[in-house]
Formats: sequence, C-alpha cells, structure tokens
Amino acid sequence: MKRNNVKNIDLKPQTLKTLATVTALGAVLMLGACHKKAAPPPPPPPPPAASPTAAISVSPDTIQPGQSATLTWQTSNATDVSIDGIGAVQPSGSQSVNPTDSTTYHLVAKGSGGTQEASTRLTVTQPPPPTQAATPSPTDEDLFGRNVQDVYFDYDKSNIRGDQQTSVQGDAQFLNQHPNISFTIEGHCDDRGSTEYNLALGDQRASSVKSALTGAGVNASRIKTISYGKEKPFCLEDNEACWQQNRRGHFVYQK
Amino acid sequence: MSYTVSFRLGSRNGSNRMDDRHKQRQVPHFPGISAPTGARLLSALSFLILLSSVLLAPSFAQDWVRTGSGLGVEKARLAVPDFKPASADPQNAALLKTFNDTFWNDLDNSGVVELVSKSFYPLQVPGQPAEVTSNLWSAPPPNAAMLAFGNLGVAGGKVTVQGWLYDVKNTASPQILGKQYTDVPTDDATRLIAHKFADEIIFRLGGGIPGIAESKLYFVSDRSGHKEVWAMDYDGSNQHQITHQGSISLSPRISPDGSRLAFSSLTKSGWDILMFSLDLNRLISFPRFGGTNLSPAWSADGTSLAFSSSRSGDSQIYVCDASGNNLRRITAGKGPDVSPVWNRKTGAQVAFVSGSTGLPQVYTMEADGTNQQRMTDQGYAVSPGWSPNGQFLTLAWIRKYGPGEPGSSDIYLMDIASKQWVQLTHDGGRNDFPSWAPDGRHIVFQSSRSGKEEIWMMLADGTKLHQLTFTGRNTQPNWSWK
Repeated sequence: MKRNNVKNIDLKPQTLKTLATVTALGAVLMLGACHKKAAPPPPPPPPPAASPTAAISVSPDTIQPGQSATLTWQTSNATDVSIDGIGAVQPSGSQSVNPTDSTTYHLVAKGSGGTQEASTRLTVTQPPPPTQAATPSPTDEDLFGRNVQDVYFDYDKSNIRGDQQTSVQGDAQFLNQHPNISFTIEGHCDDRGSTEYNLALGDQRASSVKSALTGAGVNASRIKTISYGKEKPFCLEDNEACWQQNRRGHFVYQK
Repeated sequence: MSYTVSFRLGSRNGSNRMDDRHKQRQVPHFPGISAPTGARLLSALSFLILLSSVLLAPSFAQDWVRTGSGLGVEKARLAVPDFKPASADPQNAALLKTFNDTFWNDLDNSGVVELVSKSFYPLQVPGQPAEVTSNLWSAPPPNAAMLAFGNLGVAGGKVTVQGWLYDVKNTASPQILGKQYTDVPTDDATRLIAHKFADEIIFRLGGGIPGIAESKLYFVSDRSGHKEVWAMDYDGSNQHQITHQGSISLSPRISPDGSRLAFSSLTKSGWDILMFSLDLNRLISFPRFGGTNLSPAWSADGTSLAFSSSRSGDSQIYVCDASGNNLRRITAGKGPDVSPVWNRKTGAQVAFVSGSTGLPQVYTMEADGTNQQRMTDQGYAVSPGWSPNGQFLTLAWIRKYGPGEPGSSDIYLMDIASKQWVQLTHDGGRNDFPSWAPDGRHIVFQSSRSGKEEIWMMLADGTKLHQLTFTGRNTQPNWSWK
C-alpha cells in the first residue's frame, strides 16, 4: 500500500446529520415568517338532488364454456336499477353468470337526480385443442448416454477383461450405427497408488478402449483420449466397490 | 563427504529383519547423521548387524567433522541462548523473536548438532564476547561443546545482528566464527539473517557441506480451488502460489539454477510439460509433444530434461534439452514408464518407474537407455529420488500390495550398489514423493498421516519428523538444488 502524506478530514455521519437538521429547522422558521392570514368565506348555497352513481364488474373476466363468473354491481341515489339480459336488480349486489358466449353486461341506474350507466365484458374463450402425447425425437447425445457403456478394469490392469467384452461390442455397434458422433474416452484409476503412475495407467486404459473400438471398425478420428489418473474419482469411499467404480474408461459425448 | 553405509538389513534374498508388519521402529545407523542413543540404540543393535567396532568413538570435537570415515559419533552439543537486544529500540522485541525462533529451528533441524535444552543454561547469557564465561557452558548441567550467541539491534533504519560461535572447551582461543549482518528492519530480512548465520555454523560443524536454511521447496497445493504449483521456504514459512493455470498442475521440478520450474499440466490439448520462469513470473514457451506428458526431471547440469510421454503409444521415458529440442526416446519396452530422475552426481544414469512386469517397480538405466537394472523385488514401488552423493535412492514402497492386502506406502532408502534398503517411515498413512535436500541429510515427502495429504520433513535416518503445511491438500514436494 502506498503511503502518502496527504492529510484528510473525515466527514463523520454525526456531523452530516447535524447539518441536515439545522438546515431543515432553518427552512421551517423561514416559511413560518412568510405565512399570512386569509379573509373568512361567504355562506354555501343549498345542495341540489344527488345524481346516481353506478359501477359493475365481473370476476374472472375470462372463462371457458361451462364455467361461471360472478357479476358484482354497486349503485347509489338510484331507485330503478336494471341489467340487460338479467332484468331489474337490487341497487347493489352480485350474481353468478355462465353464458356460452362472450357477453357485455350493461347496467342502468335511475334516480331523482338523473340516470347513470355502467358496463363490463365477460369473455368466453374456446378451449384449446387436446394436446397429442408428443414423443420428442431423442438427440444423439441422449442416445449416446443410453447406449454407450463405460468399460471397467481390474486392479493395475489396462487390458479389456472378459466380462467387459459385451460392453465394448455393444459400444462399437452403436458407434458404427451413428458415424457422425465423436467422443472422448477418459481413463480413470482408483485412489490407491501414486499420482504419476496412475496418470500413465489411466492413459493406457483409455488407449486400450480406443484400440478395441477401432479394431471393431470405429474410425480413430472420432476418438479422443485423456487420462485423469486418480484426479477425478467417481466415488470416494475406501472399499473395493468404490475402487472398481473408479477403475474405468469413461465415455463423454463430444458436442 | 561420502557416507559409508555398512548395514545388512532387508536384503534381496528376503531375509528381512525389518518386517514392517510388526511396525518396529528401526533406526538405521548412518555415520555422520546421528547415533541412536539409549534404549533406541539397544533395540537397533538387536536387529542390525553392524561393524560394531566403529560404533563408539572416543572423542567428538574433531572426529565427527570427518563424516566420511564411517565413525558413529555423537553430534556436538551446541548451546544457543536467545540473542540479546543491542539497543532500546521498540522494534527490537518483535525482530528478536523472529530471529531467535528461526535461528533455533534451523540449528535444531540441521542434523549436525544437538541443541542443549534452554533449561540447563546459566541465568546470565552473553550478548558479547566479553560477557562469555566458557566454563559455565562447558561444565554440567549444560555440558556444551559449542556456544552460539550474539545480539540484535535496530538503529538508523537498519537492523544489525552480531553473532559468534565459540568452542567453549578451548578457553585459549574459543572463537570459531564472528559475523555481523545488516539489513532493513523487516521480518523477512531478519529471518534471512538467521538462516544465513545458522548455515555458516552448519557449514563449519557439518563437514563442509552447506546448510539448507535458505533452500526452497516447490509443491502442489489445492487450497486455491485447483491443484497449482506453490513454493515455500524450507521451514514451511512464506508459502505462496506460483502458477494460476486453473486446471490440474502436478509434478513441479525446479531447475538447478533456481530460475525455471518445469511441471505437468492438463491443458486443452491434454497433459503437457509446461515451463515457468521465476525471473519473468510467467510461462515461457516449451513444445507440446502430443500424448500424455508427465513427471519432468532436470539433469544436475541443467541442460537436459527427462520425462514420460505417451506420444508414440504407451508411456515411455524421453529426454530433451532444456528448451524442449532434440527429443529422443530412451525406453522401448512395455510400459507404462514414468517418474524419471537423474543421477545427481554423475548425470549419466536415470532411475524410473515401470509397470512392465505388472505392479510398478523402480529401475535404473544409463542415460541412453541401456543397461536397465531392476531395483525393487516386489510390491508397489514408485517415486524414486536420487541422493546428492549419487549413492542412494529414496522411494515410496508398499512391499506387500494387492487387493485386500494391508500395508501402507512408506518412504524407503536404498543403497544402489547393493540394493539393500531401509524403511524410514513407520507410522502409517500413505507416504509418497520423497525428495532429497541438497545437503543429502534431509528428505521432504508427502504424507496422509495427519488425516489428509500434507508436506513433511525428516532427516535421512527417519528422525526429526515434522509437518510443514497445514492448509488444503499439499503433495509432491521438490527441494531446490541449493
């Protein structure tokens, strides 16, 4: 950190608050000084008859055929209230409606002070067509993941053992059927043993699987290999089951 | 200095007296390092057949300097009272503590002196020659042969340390060393002064081999979130990150002149040997060879690198020059071959690991690949290191290995000429990647004995074990060449 000899003053929060309060108080005092008293107003004239008010709404405002909605209205200063399609109604109330088509509800409120109208629209939509049970076509990556099995190895070995041959053959068959797919084979080891030797062993395992595939007709240009030694284990337990899980050639689809 | 190793231990014929299943603590006897004392000597004798006539030496003041003579000698008893403040400057206290701790530690771990416990010291300790009363130190209870003392003071923006080494049995002319050091008054500079003076003493008392107090260790740490190359002082201080690859970087090896670090890293093209310049603090160009490239190793003259590459199929040992040119393959058999290391003394041989017979074993060969000799007879053997005097290999070995077999990986020492070996670690855990100090007396290695992988150090006889790293997982240490 560079030192500098610059002195600086801190504007502490306490100081800033005090300044603000002082300024505000000052402003209030100033306004108070400018305020003048007004003259008293004349008496008001007698009020006329009140005009009616009217409001109407529907909820929900969109339904499907067969469904119902609630119509709600409110009026005041009215003696005669009616809604088109329903007839005379109470000045305020609500009612369930279930038209088959979209409808506008028109309300008229009459009183001694005049007439007020209001309306609201209920939309009836057609139901969407039934969806087909769509089976999206699987991607190459999905198929790869489902059909290409990892190959498992014996302890300190990189040769393909007997019980793994079916996996390898199955992998080769799939890969020959999908010649546009490229992929990487990762070589992995269990966590016993030494970092450097395991990287070399993992390299051998990946190469071993690659050879088996090219021998079965898969083009080498589609195959990359990489060793992870014991650097990227699939499980961490200290037992043979986990160690076997880690001793493998692992397939990764190349996008 | 040469070690005359005369021991008959686990020989290749299998008459193995060092049965590690019983986990006996066997301390081998290495002339010039230490003689087991007391009960340990008795138990060691009952298991080792040594040339008994050389076990006991009559005197030690001169003899143990001649460590090549095969004499089993006691280390000199050195008293090291705390250095005293030379002035009243308030900065003295902190710097004095740094100096005293570092100085004591360097001497205690050196393997050439036995430090007299401070509880035996007289109440008055000297800071100047005039304050020394030799017979207070040479008589019981301290019973010291040597005395290191001095003072430290900050004045005029500088720290000055004066230090002396006295032979307290020689009252006529006791002074062996008298030194004065000056630097900026910082913690780092004070540590360096302590290292320098300790190394002077070790050089004088250790048969003319330079001390290691200023040496460095390079290692792999994952504490940043990725495995990267880190460095630290030999005593574990000043741990700092070197590479920032953000991938997996392994197997750092420092060049003999200390300027370049070779290592293996997972790049977009796979595992490559990368070269980092410590002078420029960045990667410098080095060829990409293709395949999986691992475990680089420098020849002692700094002109060649050996490494493992699978560029032509399976992993074999290759050699190139320091700039990566003139690539040639030197092994040809069934692999995988990995972890080469040069003979540090001659530069004419390479030891390496091969899985050609199944489980990995350690081999030696000429630097052109001829005359392959298998060194290990069973089990799982990896990570060879070649001693500075050219005579020994260290390795990590699981002598009984296989599914279901017990047996941890331990550090072993092997005499190359006879293939006889000694087990150095015994206390469990996985111990691997031993690396020799330039003094040929110390070995640094990785061990999981504390619960996770950390860097540990010990003397080449397996004693004075101590832990250097504590944060994250730390592996694959490599000692600088000086």
